[in-house]
Amino acid sequence: MSDPADELALTIRVAGASVLATLTRTFGSLQLAEDAVQEAALAALRAWPQSGVPRDPRAWLLVTARNKALDIVRREAARPAKEIAASYSAPERAPDIAEAVIEMTQEAGSVRDDILRLIFTCCHPALSPEARVALSLRTLAGLDVAAIARAFGVPEQTMAKRLVRARQKIAAARIPYKVPADSELPERLPAVLAVVHLIATEAHSPSSGDAVTRIDYELEAIRLARLLSDLMPGEPEIISLLALLLLTAARRPARTRPAGAGQNGAGQDGHEPVLLRDQDRSLWDHAMIAEGTGLLAEAVRHSGGAAGPYQLQAHLSACHSTAASWEDTDWERIVSLYDLMAALGANPAVLLNRAVAVGERDGAAAMLAALDAIDGLERSYLWHAARADALARLGRAAEAGAALEAAIGLAPTGPERRLLVRRRQGLA
Amino acid sequence: MALYLALLYQPVDQYFMQPGDVPAPGERSVSPGYGEFMAEAGPAGVIKGGEALLPPEMSTTITVAGGKGGDVVVTDGPYAEAKEVLGGYFLIEAADLDDAIKWAAKIPAAWDGGKVELRPVLELNKQN
Repeated sequence: MSDPADELALTIRVAGASVLATLTRTFGSLQLAEDAVQEAALAALRAWPQSGVPRDPRAWLLVTARNKALDIVRREAARPAKEIAASYSAPERAPDIAEAVIEMTQEAGSVRDDILRLIFTCCHPALSPEARVALSLRTLAGLDVAAIARAFGVPEQTMAKRLVRARQKIAAARIPYKVPADSELPERLPAVLAVVHLIATEAHSPSSGDAVTRIDYELEAIRLARLLSDLMPGEPEIISLLALLLLTAARRPARTRPAGAGQNGAGQDGHEPVLLRDQDRSLWDHAMIAEGTGLLAEAVRHSGGAAGPYQLQAHLSACHSTAASWEDTDWERIVSLYDLMAALGANPAVLLNRAVAVGERDGAAAMLAALDAIDGLERSYLWHAARADALARLGRAAEAGAALEAAIGLAPTGPERRLLVRRRQGLA
Repeated sequence: MALYLALLYQPVDQYFMQPGDVPAPGERSVSPGYGEFMAEAGPAGVIKGGEALLPPEMSTTITVAGGKGGDVVVTDGPYAEAKEVLGGYFLIEAADLDDAIKWAAKIPAAWDGGKVELRPVLELNKQN
Protein backbone atom coordinates (compact mmCIF):
# COMPACT_ATOMS: atom_id res chain seq x y z
CA MET A 1 0.00 0.00 0.00
CA SER A 2 2.56 2.57 -1.04
CA ASP A 3 0.23 4.35 -3.44
CA PRO A 4 -1.13 7.49 -1.67
CA ALA A 5 -4.55 7.00 -3.31
CA ASP A 6 -4.70 3.43 -1.97
CA GLU A 7 -3.64 4.63 1.46
CA LEU A 8 -6.30 7.34 1.52
CA ALA A 9 -8.95 4.84 0.45
CA LEU A 10 -7.86 2.43 3.20
CA THR A 11 -7.97 5.17 5.86
CA ILE A 12 -11.52 6.01 4.81
CA ARG A 13 -12.56 2.37 4.76
CA VAL A 14 -11.15 1.64 8.23
CA ALA A 15 -12.58 4.77 9.87
CA GLY A 16 -15.80 4.38 7.88
CA ALA A 17 -16.47 0.90 9.30
CA SER A 18 -16.40 2.19 12.88
CA VAL A 19 -18.57 5.20 11.97
CA LEU A 20 -21.04 2.82 10.31
CA ALA A 21 -21.11 0.74 13.49
CA THR A 22 -21.93 3.77 15.63
CA LEU A 23 -24.56 5.18 13.27
CA THR A 24 -26.30 1.81 12.97
CA ARG A 25 -26.76 1.86 16.73
CA THR A 26 -27.96 5.47 16.96
CA PHE A 27 -30.27 5.34 13.94
CA GLY A 28 -31.37 1.71 14.25
CA SER A 29 -31.08 1.03 10.53
CA LEU A 30 -28.12 -0.59 8.82
CA GLN A 31 -29.30 0.56 5.39
CA LEU A 32 -29.58 4.19 6.46
CA ALA A 33 -26.18 4.09 8.14
CA GLU A 34 -24.58 2.52 5.06
CA ASP A 35 -26.00 5.17 2.74
CA ALA A 36 -24.86 7.97 5.05
CA VAL A 37 -21.33 6.54 5.43
CA GLN A 38 -21.10 6.05 1.67
CA GLU A 39 -21.93 9.72 1.09
CA ALA A 40 -19.46 10.80 3.77
CA ALA A 41 -16.73 8.62 2.24
CA LEU A 42 -17.29 10.23 -1.15
CA ALA A 43 -17.09 13.66 0.48
CA ALA A 44 -13.80 12.67 2.13
CA LEU A 45 -12.40 11.38 -1.16
CA ARG A 46 -13.17 14.78 -2.68
CA ALA A 47 -11.98 16.95 0.23
CA TRP A 48 -8.96 15.21 1.72
CA PRO A 49 -6.61 15.20 -1.26
CA GLN A 50 -6.83 19.05 -1.12
CA SER A 51 -7.14 19.73 2.61
CA GLY A 52 -4.99 16.83 3.80
CA VAL A 53 -6.23 13.96 5.98
CA PRO A 54 -7.75 15.38 9.18
CA ARG A 55 -6.02 14.68 12.49
CA ASP A 56 -8.97 12.50 13.54
CA PRO A 57 -10.44 10.99 10.35
CA ARG A 58 -13.08 9.07 12.29
CA ALA A 59 -14.47 12.21 13.94
CA TRP A 60 -14.59 14.00 10.55
CA LEU A 61 -16.42 11.07 8.97
CA LEU A 62 -18.74 10.68 11.96
CA VAL A 63 -19.88 14.32 11.87
CA THR A 64 -20.27 14.26 8.09
CA ALA A 65 -22.08 10.91 8.00
CA ARG A 66 -24.39 11.93 10.86
CA ASN A 67 -25.40 15.06 8.97
CA LYS A 68 -25.96 13.01 5.82
CA ALA A 69 -28.09 10.57 7.83
CA LEU A 70 -30.18 13.38 9.30
CA ASP A 71 -30.62 14.77 5.77
CA ILE A 72 -31.83 11.39 4.58
CA VAL A 73 -34.25 11.08 7.53
CA ARG A 74 -35.67 14.55 6.77
CA ARG A 75 -35.95 13.72 3.09
CA GLU A 76 -37.69 10.44 3.88
CA ALA A 77 -40.08 12.15 6.29
CA ALA A 78 -41.53 14.03 3.34
CA ARG A 79 -42.36 10.78 1.55
CA PRO A 80 -45.35 8.51 2.16
CA ALA A 81 -44.73 6.15 5.07
CA LYS A 82 -45.17 3.04 2.95
CA GLU A 83 -42.30 3.98 0.66
CA ILE A 84 -40.01 4.64 3.59
CA ALA A 85 -40.75 1.23 5.05
CA ALA A 86 -39.79 -0.28 1.72
CA SER A 87 -36.36 1.34 1.61
CA TYR A 88 -35.40 1.76 5.25
CA SER A 89 -36.77 -0.34 8.04
CA ALA A 90 -38.18 2.47 10.12
CA PRO A 91 -35.66 3.69 12.72
CA GLU A 92 -36.56 2.40 16.17
CA ARG A 93 -36.11 5.87 17.56
CA ALA A 94 -35.21 9.24 16.18
CA PRO A 95 -31.71 10.46 16.92
CA ASP A 96 -31.45 13.72 18.80
CA ILE A 97 -28.85 16.41 19.08
CA ALA A 98 -27.91 15.62 22.68
CA GLU A 99 -27.10 12.10 21.62
CA ALA A 100 -25.00 13.43 18.77
CA VAL A 101 -22.92 15.50 21.18
CA ILE A 102 -22.42 12.51 23.44
CA GLU A 103 -21.27 10.46 20.44
CA MET A 104 -18.60 13.01 19.59
CA THR A 105 -17.03 12.70 23.01
CA GLN A 106 -17.53 9.00 23.51
CA GLU A 107 -14.79 6.82 24.85
CA ALA A 108 -12.87 4.25 22.87
CA GLY A 109 -14.68 1.49 24.77
CA SER A 110 -18.00 2.32 23.23
CA VAL A 111 -16.52 2.38 19.72
CA ARG A 112 -15.23 -1.10 20.47
CA ASP A 113 -18.72 -2.28 21.43
CA ASP A 114 -20.22 -0.68 18.34
CA ILE A 115 -17.83 -2.52 16.04
CA LEU A 116 -18.44 -5.81 17.86
CA ARG A 117 -22.19 -5.29 17.50
CA LEU A 118 -21.76 -4.74 13.79
CA ILE A 119 -19.57 -7.83 13.44
CA PHE A 120 -21.97 -10.12 15.28
CA THR A 121 -24.98 -8.74 13.40
CA CYS A 122 -23.37 -9.18 9.98
CA CYS A 123 -22.20 -12.68 10.94
CA HIS A 124 -25.44 -13.82 12.57
CA PRO A 125 -26.10 -17.53 11.92
CA ALA A 126 -29.63 -16.63 10.74
CA LEU A 127 -27.98 -15.20 7.60
CA SER A 128 -26.61 -17.51 4.91
CA PRO A 129 -22.80 -17.85 4.80
CA GLU A 130 -22.74 -16.04 1.41
CA ALA A 131 -24.77 -13.18 2.85
CA ARG A 132 -22.53 -12.97 5.92
CA VAL A 133 -19.40 -12.74 3.79
CA ALA A 134 -20.91 -10.16 1.45
CA LEU A 135 -22.27 -8.03 4.26
CA SER A 136 -19.02 -8.16 6.21
CA LEU A 137 -17.00 -7.08 3.20
CA ARG A 138 -19.46 -4.26 2.59
CA THR A 139 -19.72 -3.00 6.17
CA LEU A 140 -16.57 -4.07 8.02
CA ALA A 141 -14.13 -3.81 5.14
CA GLY A 142 -15.99 -0.91 3.52
CA LEU A 143 -15.71 -2.36 0.01
CA ASP A 144 -18.09 -1.37 -2.76
CA VAL A 145 -20.56 -3.79 -4.30
CA ALA A 146 -18.72 -3.99 -7.61
CA ALA A 147 -15.46 -5.09 -5.94
CA ILE A 148 -17.23 -7.72 -3.82
CA ALA A 149 -19.12 -9.04 -6.85
CA ARG A 150 -15.87 -9.39 -8.81
CA ALA A 151 -14.18 -11.19 -5.93
CA PHE A 152 -16.89 -13.87 -5.89
CA GLY A 153 -17.33 -14.03 -9.63
CA VAL A 154 -20.99 -13.01 -9.68
CA PRO A 155 -22.67 -10.15 -11.56
CA GLU A 156 -22.84 -6.89 -9.63
CA GLN A 157 -26.64 -7.00 -9.66
CA THR A 158 -26.67 -10.44 -8.04
CA MET A 159 -24.37 -9.22 -5.27
CA ALA A 160 -26.46 -6.07 -4.78
CA LYS A 161 -29.60 -8.20 -4.41
CA ARG A 162 -27.87 -10.49 -1.95
CA LEU A 163 -26.94 -7.48 0.18
CA VAL A 164 -30.43 -5.98 0.04
CA ARG A 165 -31.95 -9.30 1.05
CA ALA A 166 -29.54 -9.64 3.98
CA ARG A 167 -30.32 -6.14 5.27
CA GLN A 168 -34.04 -6.79 4.86
CA LYS A 169 -33.77 -9.96 6.87
CA ILE A 170 -31.83 -8.22 9.64
CA ALA A 171 -34.61 -5.64 9.89
CA ALA A 172 -37.63 -7.91 9.35
CA ALA A 173 -36.56 -10.84 11.51
CA ARG A 174 -35.17 -8.46 14.14
CA ILE A 175 -31.65 -9.79 14.21
CA PRO A 176 -30.47 -7.88 17.27
CA TYR A 177 -27.71 -5.29 17.10
CA LYS A 178 -25.85 -6.45 20.15
CA VAL A 179 -22.76 -8.21 21.42
CA PRO A 180 -23.60 -11.77 22.48
CA ALA A 181 -23.21 -12.64 26.15
CA ASP A 182 -20.06 -14.57 27.08
CA SER A 183 -22.18 -17.70 27.48
CA GLU A 184 -23.37 -17.40 23.87
CA LEU A 185 -19.90 -16.84 22.40
CA PRO A 186 -19.05 -20.51 21.79
CA GLU A 187 -22.14 -20.68 19.54
CA ARG A 188 -21.71 -17.34 17.84
CA LEU A 189 -17.97 -16.93 17.35
CA PRO A 190 -17.50 -19.76 14.80
CA ALA A 191 -19.83 -18.00 12.31
CA VAL A 192 -17.68 -14.86 12.58
CA LEU A 193 -14.42 -16.76 12.19
CA ALA A 194 -15.80 -18.67 9.21
CA VAL A 195 -16.53 -15.37 7.46
CA VAL A 196 -12.97 -14.13 7.94
CA HIS A 197 -11.56 -17.47 6.78
CA LEU A 198 -13.81 -17.49 3.69
CA ILE A 199 -12.65 -14.00 2.78
CA ALA A 200 -9.05 -15.25 2.80
CA THR A 201 -9.68 -18.49 0.94
CA GLU A 202 -12.64 -17.90 -1.38
CA ALA A 203 -12.33 -14.31 -2.52
CA HIS A 204 -10.37 -14.04 -5.71
CA SER A 205 -7.61 -11.45 -5.36
CA PRO A 206 -6.64 -10.23 -8.78
CA SER A 207 -2.87 -10.22 -9.14
CA SER A 208 -3.16 -7.27 -11.42
CA GLY A 209 -5.67 -4.50 -11.84
CA ASP A 210 -6.06 -0.78 -11.69
CA ALA A 211 -5.33 1.01 -8.43
CA VAL A 212 -8.95 1.84 -7.64
CA THR A 213 -10.13 -1.75 -7.56
CA ARG A 214 -7.04 -3.54 -6.35
CA ILE A 215 -8.17 -5.29 -3.17
CA ASP A 216 -5.95 -7.87 -1.53
CA TYR A 217 -8.44 -10.18 0.16
CA GLU A 218 -5.86 -12.25 1.98
CA LEU A 219 -4.54 -9.08 3.68
CA GLU A 220 -8.13 -7.89 4.15
CA ALA A 221 -8.89 -11.09 6.12
CA ILE A 222 -5.72 -10.64 8.18
CA ARG A 223 -6.81 -7.08 8.98
CA LEU A 224 -10.23 -8.31 10.14
CA ALA A 225 -8.66 -11.10 12.22
CA ARG A 226 -6.35 -8.53 13.86
CA LEU A 227 -9.36 -6.31 14.56
CA LEU A 228 -11.21 -9.23 16.18
CA SER A 229 -8.18 -10.15 18.23
CA ASP A 230 -7.86 -6.53 19.44
CA LEU A 231 -11.55 -6.35 20.28
CA MET A 232 -11.74 -9.72 22.02
CA PRO A 233 -8.26 -10.39 23.41
CA GLY A 234 -7.38 -13.84 24.69
CA GLU A 235 -9.89 -15.81 22.57
CA PRO A 236 -7.79 -18.81 21.47
CA GLU A 237 -9.67 -19.49 18.22
CA ILE A 238 -9.37 -15.86 17.10
CA ILE A 239 -5.62 -15.88 17.74
CA SER A 240 -5.35 -19.25 15.99
CA LEU A 241 -7.18 -17.97 12.93
CA LEU A 242 -4.90 -14.94 12.74
CA ALA A 243 -1.88 -17.27 13.05
CA LEU A 244 -3.27 -19.53 10.32
CA LEU A 245 -3.86 -16.62 7.94
CA LEU A 246 -0.35 -15.26 8.52
CA LEU A 247 1.33 -18.64 8.15
CA THR A 248 -0.53 -19.23 4.90
CA ALA A 249 0.00 -15.74 3.48
CA ALA A 250 3.72 -16.01 4.26
CA ARG A 251 4.07 -18.62 1.54
CA ARG A 252 2.43 -16.40 -1.04
CA PRO A 253 5.59 -15.13 -2.78
CA ALA A 254 6.41 -18.75 -3.70
CA ARG A 255 2.87 -19.93 -4.45
CA THR A 256 2.91 -18.79 -8.06
CA ARG A 257 5.65 -18.03 -10.53
CA PRO A 258 5.78 -16.42 -13.94
CA ALA A 259 5.03 -19.07 -16.53
CA GLY A 260 8.29 -20.66 -17.65
CA ALA A 261 9.52 -20.38 -21.22
CA GLY A 262 7.89 -22.98 -23.44
CA GLN A 263 5.54 -24.07 -20.66
CA ASN A 264 1.84 -23.98 -21.23
CA GLY A 265 0.76 -23.78 -17.60
CA ALA A 266 0.26 -20.05 -17.42
CA GLY A 267 -2.99 -18.48 -16.31
CA GLN A 268 -4.37 -15.38 -17.96
CA ASP A 269 -2.16 -13.19 -15.80
CA GLY A 270 0.97 -15.04 -16.88
CA HIS A 271 1.40 -16.86 -13.56
CA GLU A 272 1.16 -20.54 -12.76
CA PRO A 273 0.59 -22.20 -9.39
CA VAL A 274 3.51 -23.95 -7.67
CA LEU A 275 2.78 -26.96 -5.47
CA LEU A 276 3.95 -26.73 -1.87
CA ARG A 277 6.55 -29.47 -2.45
CA ASP A 278 8.12 -27.50 -5.32
CA GLN A 279 8.07 -24.04 -3.72
CA ASP A 280 11.27 -22.06 -3.24
CA ARG A 281 11.16 -21.72 0.54
CA SER A 282 13.68 -18.89 0.58
CA LEU A 283 10.93 -16.72 -0.95
CA TRP A 284 8.63 -17.23 2.04
CA ASP A 285 8.05 -14.25 4.33
CA HIS A 286 9.92 -15.46 7.40
CA ALA A 287 8.96 -12.47 9.58
CA MET A 288 5.32 -13.33 8.94
CA ILE A 289 5.98 -16.98 9.77
CA ALA A 290 7.64 -15.93 13.03
CA GLU A 291 4.63 -13.80 13.95
CA GLY A 292 2.31 -16.70 13.09
CA THR A 293 4.16 -19.25 15.19
CA GLY A 294 4.39 -16.76 18.08
CA LEU A 295 0.63 -16.21 17.96
CA LEU A 296 0.02 -19.94 17.75
CA ALA A 297 2.01 -20.47 20.96
CA GLU A 298 -0.12 -17.74 22.58
CA ALA A 299 -3.32 -19.46 21.40
CA VAL A 300 -2.13 -22.76 22.88
CA ARG A 301 -1.56 -21.03 26.25
CA HIS A 302 -5.06 -19.53 26.20
CA SER A 303 -6.84 -22.68 25.08
CA GLY A 304 -5.65 -24.80 27.99
CA GLY A 305 -5.02 -27.88 25.86
CA ALA A 306 -8.39 -27.98 24.08
CA ALA A 307 -7.44 -27.17 20.50
CA GLY A 308 -10.25 -25.87 18.31
CA PRO A 309 -10.41 -26.37 14.54
CA TYR A 310 -8.45 -23.22 13.68
CA GLN A 311 -5.73 -24.06 16.15
CA LEU A 312 -5.32 -27.48 14.49
CA GLN A 313 -5.16 -25.88 11.05
CA ALA A 314 -2.64 -23.33 12.28
CA HIS A 315 -0.49 -26.14 13.72
CA LEU A 316 -0.59 -27.86 10.33
CA SER A 317 0.33 -24.70 8.51
CA ALA A 318 3.15 -24.05 11.00
CA CYS A 319 4.50 -27.57 10.40
CA HIS A 320 4.84 -26.78 6.71
CA SER A 321 6.00 -23.19 7.12
CA THR A 322 8.82 -24.09 9.52
CA ALA A 323 10.10 -27.17 7.65
CA ALA A 324 13.36 -26.68 5.77
CA SER A 325 12.09 -28.74 2.84
CA TRP A 326 9.20 -30.99 1.78
CA GLU A 327 11.26 -34.06 2.76
CA ASP A 328 12.21 -32.60 6.17
CA THR A 329 8.55 -32.00 7.07
CA ASP A 330 7.39 -33.67 10.29
CA TRP A 331 4.90 -36.03 8.57
CA GLU A 332 4.28 -38.01 11.75
CA ARG A 333 2.96 -34.86 13.42
CA ILE A 334 0.98 -33.84 10.36
CA VAL A 335 -0.78 -37.21 10.18
CA SER A 336 -1.71 -36.98 13.86
CA LEU A 337 -3.00 -33.41 13.39
CA TYR A 338 -5.22 -34.62 10.55
CA ASP A 339 -6.43 -37.43 12.81
CA LEU A 340 -7.43 -34.84 15.42
CA MET A 341 -9.20 -32.77 12.75
CA ALA A 342 -11.05 -35.82 11.46
CA ALA A 343 -12.15 -36.52 15.04
CA LEU A 344 -13.74 -33.03 15.21
CA GLY A 345 -15.84 -33.91 12.17
CA ALA A 346 -14.73 -36.14 9.31
CA ASN A 347 -14.66 -34.23 6.08
CA PRO A 348 -13.39 -35.82 2.87
CA ALA A 349 -10.94 -32.96 2.16
CA VAL A 350 -9.26 -33.51 5.54
CA LEU A 351 -9.00 -37.25 4.82
CA LEU A 352 -7.51 -36.54 1.39
CA ASN A 353 -4.77 -34.37 2.87
CA ARG A 354 -4.21 -36.95 5.57
CA ALA A 355 -3.69 -39.63 2.90
CA VAL A 356 -1.03 -37.50 1.21
CA ALA A 357 0.74 -37.08 4.56
CA VAL A 358 0.49 -40.85 5.17
CA GLY A 359 2.16 -41.31 1.79
CA GLU A 360 5.09 -39.14 2.83
CA ARG A 361 5.40 -40.98 6.14
CA ASP A 362 4.79 -44.59 5.06
CA GLY A 363 5.20 -44.65 1.28
CA ALA A 364 3.04 -44.77 -1.81
CA ALA A 365 1.30 -48.09 -1.11
CA ALA A 366 0.00 -46.77 2.22
CA MET A 367 -1.06 -43.54 0.51
CA LEU A 368 -3.05 -45.39 -2.15
CA ALA A 369 -4.75 -47.54 0.48
CA ALA A 370 -5.66 -44.43 2.52
CA LEU A 371 -7.01 -42.69 -0.60
CA ASP A 372 -9.11 -45.67 -1.67
CA ALA A 373 -10.60 -45.85 1.82
CA ILE A 374 -12.18 -42.38 1.44
CA ASP A 375 -15.80 -42.27 0.33
CA GLY A 376 -17.41 -39.49 -1.62
CA LEU A 377 -14.51 -37.96 -3.55
CA GLU A 378 -15.12 -39.66 -6.90
CA ARG A 379 -15.98 -36.26 -8.39
CA SER A 380 -12.95 -34.49 -6.91
CA TYR A 381 -10.06 -33.87 -9.30
CA LEU A 382 -7.72 -33.56 -6.31
CA TRP A 383 -8.53 -37.12 -5.24
CA HIS A 384 -7.85 -38.50 -8.72
CA ALA A 385 -4.63 -36.46 -8.99
CA ALA A 386 -3.44 -37.80 -5.63
CA ARG A 387 -4.22 -41.37 -6.75
CA ALA A 388 -2.28 -40.75 -9.96
CA ASP A 389 0.67 -39.58 -7.88
CA ALA A 390 0.60 -42.69 -5.67
CA LEU A 391 0.22 -45.04 -8.67
CA ALA A 392 3.09 -43.38 -10.54
CA ARG A 393 5.34 -43.77 -7.50
CA LEU A 394 4.40 -47.46 -7.39
CA GLY A 395 5.45 -47.82 -11.03
CA ARG A 396 1.85 -48.49 -12.20
CA ALA A 397 2.11 -46.02 -15.08
CA ALA A 398 -0.97 -47.11 -17.05
CA GLU A 399 -3.25 -46.78 -14.01
CA ALA A 400 -1.59 -43.50 -13.11
CA GLY A 401 -2.34 -42.18 -16.59
CA ALA A 402 -5.97 -43.22 -16.32
CA ALA A 403 -6.27 -41.49 -12.94
CA LEU A 404 -4.73 -38.32 -14.37
CA GLU A 405 -7.19 -38.43 -17.27
CA ALA A 406 -10.03 -38.61 -14.74
CA ALA A 407 -8.52 -35.68 -12.82
CA ILE A 408 -8.15 -33.58 -15.98
CA GLY A 409 -11.76 -34.31 -16.91
CA LEU A 410 -12.99 -33.03 -13.54
CA ALA A 411 -10.55 -30.15 -12.97
CA PRO A 412 -11.75 -26.58 -13.23
CA THR A 413 -10.39 -24.81 -16.27
CA GLY A 414 -7.36 -22.64 -15.74
CA PRO A 415 -3.90 -23.10 -14.28
CA GLU A 416 -4.81 -26.13 -12.10
CA ARG A 417 -5.92 -28.05 -15.14
CA ARG A 418 -2.90 -27.06 -17.24
CA LEU A 419 -0.64 -28.27 -14.43
CA LEU A 420 -2.31 -31.70 -14.64
CA VAL A 421 -1.96 -31.79 -18.41
CA ARG A 422 1.77 -31.14 -18.00
CA ARG A 423 2.04 -33.95 -15.48
CA ARG A 424 0.39 -36.35 -17.91
CA GLN A 425 2.90 -35.32 -20.57
CA GLY A 426 5.66 -36.04 -18.03
CA LEU A 427 4.30 -39.55 -17.44
CA ALA A 428 4.42 -40.52 -21.09
CA MET B 1 -41.29 -6.72 20.82
CA ALA B 2 -41.70 -8.75 17.65
CA LEU B 3 -44.07 -11.55 16.69
CA TYR B 4 -42.86 -14.81 15.16
CA LEU B 5 -44.82 -17.78 13.94
CA ALA B 6 -43.01 -20.89 15.12
CA LEU B 7 -43.86 -23.63 12.62
CA LEU B 8 -43.37 -27.05 14.16
CA TYR B 9 -42.16 -29.62 11.65
CA GLN B 10 -41.99 -33.17 12.88
CA PRO B 11 -41.56 -36.64 11.41
CA VAL B 12 -44.84 -37.88 9.86
CA ASP B 13 -45.10 -40.79 12.24
CA GLN B 14 -44.55 -38.72 15.36
CA TYR B 15 -46.96 -37.24 17.83
CA PHE B 16 -49.97 -36.79 15.58
CA MET B 17 -53.33 -37.47 17.13
CA GLN B 18 -55.85 -39.22 14.92
CA PRO B 19 -59.30 -37.76 14.26
CA GLY B 20 -60.96 -40.13 16.74
CA ASP B 21 -58.45 -39.66 19.54
CA VAL B 22 -59.84 -38.04 22.63
CA PRO B 23 -57.26 -36.18 24.69
CA ALA B 24 -57.30 -36.71 28.43
CA PRO B 25 -59.09 -33.92 30.30
CA GLY B 26 -56.86 -30.87 30.67
CA GLU B 27 -54.10 -32.44 28.57
CA ARG B 28 -54.00 -31.51 24.90
CA SER B 29 -50.32 -31.93 24.37
CA VAL B 30 -49.22 -34.94 22.38
CA SER B 31 -45.81 -35.27 24.00
CA PRO B 32 -44.89 -34.81 27.63
CA GLY B 33 -42.29 -32.34 26.34
CA TYR B 34 -45.03 -29.95 25.25
CA GLY B 35 -46.57 -29.88 28.71
CA GLU B 36 -43.17 -29.01 30.09
CA PHE B 37 -42.59 -26.33 27.45
CA MET B 38 -45.97 -24.72 28.13
CA ALA B 39 -45.29 -24.75 31.84
CA GLU B 40 -42.20 -22.60 31.19
CA ALA B 41 -43.27 -20.47 28.23
CA GLY B 42 -46.85 -19.86 29.39
CA PRO B 43 -46.07 -17.91 32.58
CA ALA B 44 -43.26 -16.05 30.73
CA GLY B 45 -45.93 -14.52 28.48
CA VAL B 46 -44.20 -15.65 25.30
CA ILE B 47 -47.03 -17.63 23.72
CA LYS B 48 -49.66 -15.53 21.96
CA GLY B 49 -51.40 -18.44 20.28
CA GLY B 50 -50.90 -21.95 18.99
CA GLU B 51 -52.57 -25.19 18.00
CA ALA B 52 -51.67 -28.79 17.30
CA LEU B 53 -52.73 -30.07 13.88
CA LEU B 54 -54.21 -33.37 12.75
CA PRO B 55 -51.96 -35.45 10.46
CA PRO B 56 -51.24 -34.34 6.88
CA GLU B 57 -53.41 -37.10 5.37
CA MET B 58 -56.31 -35.06 6.69
CA SER B 59 -55.14 -32.04 4.68
CA THR B 60 -56.90 -30.55 1.68
CA THR B 61 -55.01 -28.21 -0.61
CA ILE B 62 -56.83 -25.51 -2.50
CA THR B 63 -55.80 -23.35 -5.39
CA VAL B 64 -57.82 -21.21 -7.76
CA ALA B 65 -56.82 -21.77 -11.37
CA GLY B 66 -56.75 -18.77 -13.66
CA GLY B 67 -56.77 -16.09 -10.98
CA LYS B 68 -59.53 -14.65 -8.82
CA GLY B 69 -62.95 -16.10 -9.58
CA GLY B 70 -61.45 -19.00 -11.55
CA ASP B 71 -61.93 -22.71 -11.01
CA VAL B 72 -61.34 -23.87 -7.49
CA VAL B 73 -58.94 -26.82 -7.67
CA VAL B 74 -59.08 -29.03 -4.61
CA THR B 75 -56.57 -31.80 -4.00
CA ASP B 76 -56.21 -34.32 -1.24
CA GLY B 77 -53.18 -34.09 0.98
CA PRO B 78 -50.59 -31.47 1.97
CA TYR B 79 -49.02 -28.85 -0.32
CA ALA B 80 -45.72 -30.69 -0.44
CA GLU B 81 -44.94 -34.28 0.45
CA ALA B 82 -42.09 -34.45 2.92
CA LYS B 83 -40.68 -36.61 5.65
CA GLU B 84 -41.19 -33.79 8.11
CA VAL B 85 -44.56 -32.10 8.07
CA LEU B 86 -46.21 -29.20 9.79
CA GLY B 87 -47.59 -30.55 13.04
CA GLY B 88 -48.58 -27.39 14.83
CA TYR B 89 -47.61 -23.84 15.53
CA PHE B 90 -47.03 -21.30 18.24
CA LEU B 91 -47.30 -17.56 17.89
CA ILE B 92 -44.34 -16.25 19.88
CA GLU B 93 -43.73 -12.73 21.10
CA ALA B 94 -40.06 -12.00 21.71
CA ALA B 95 -37.73 -9.03 22.05
CA ASP B 96 -35.69 -9.98 18.98
CA LEU B 97 -34.59 -12.98 16.91
CA ASP B 98 -32.07 -14.18 19.49
CA ASP B 99 -34.80 -14.19 22.14
CA ALA B 100 -37.17 -16.03 19.80
CA ILE B 101 -34.47 -18.59 18.95
CA LYS B 102 -33.95 -19.22 22.66
CA TRP B 103 -37.62 -20.16 23.06
CA ALA B 104 -37.85 -22.08 19.76
CA ALA B 105 -34.98 -24.29 20.88
CA LYS B 106 -37.07 -25.41 23.88
CA ILE B 107 -39.99 -26.63 21.74
CA PRO B 108 -39.90 -30.45 21.56
CA ALA B 109 -40.14 -30.46 17.75
CA ALA B 110 -36.72 -28.75 17.71
CA TRP B 111 -34.94 -31.32 19.87
CA ASP B 112 -36.96 -34.48 19.29
CA GLY B 113 -36.37 -35.39 15.67
CA GLY B 114 -37.98 -32.40 13.98
CA LYS B 115 -37.39 -28.73 13.28
CA VAL B 116 -38.90 -25.40 14.17
CA GLU B 117 -39.07 -22.62 11.57
CA LEU B 118 -39.37 -19.07 12.85
CA ARG B 119 -41.19 -16.75 10.48
CA PRO B 120 -41.49 -13.07 11.35
CA VAL B 121 -45.08 -11.90 11.34
CA LEU B 122 -45.89 -8.89 9.15
CA GLU B 123 -47.14 -6.34 11.62
CA LEU B 124 -49.44 -3.88 9.93
CA ASN B 125 -49.62 -0.32 11.24
CA LYS B 126 -46.99 -1.11 13.77
CA GLN B 127 -46.16 1.75 16.13
CA ASN B 128 -42.60 1.70 17.30
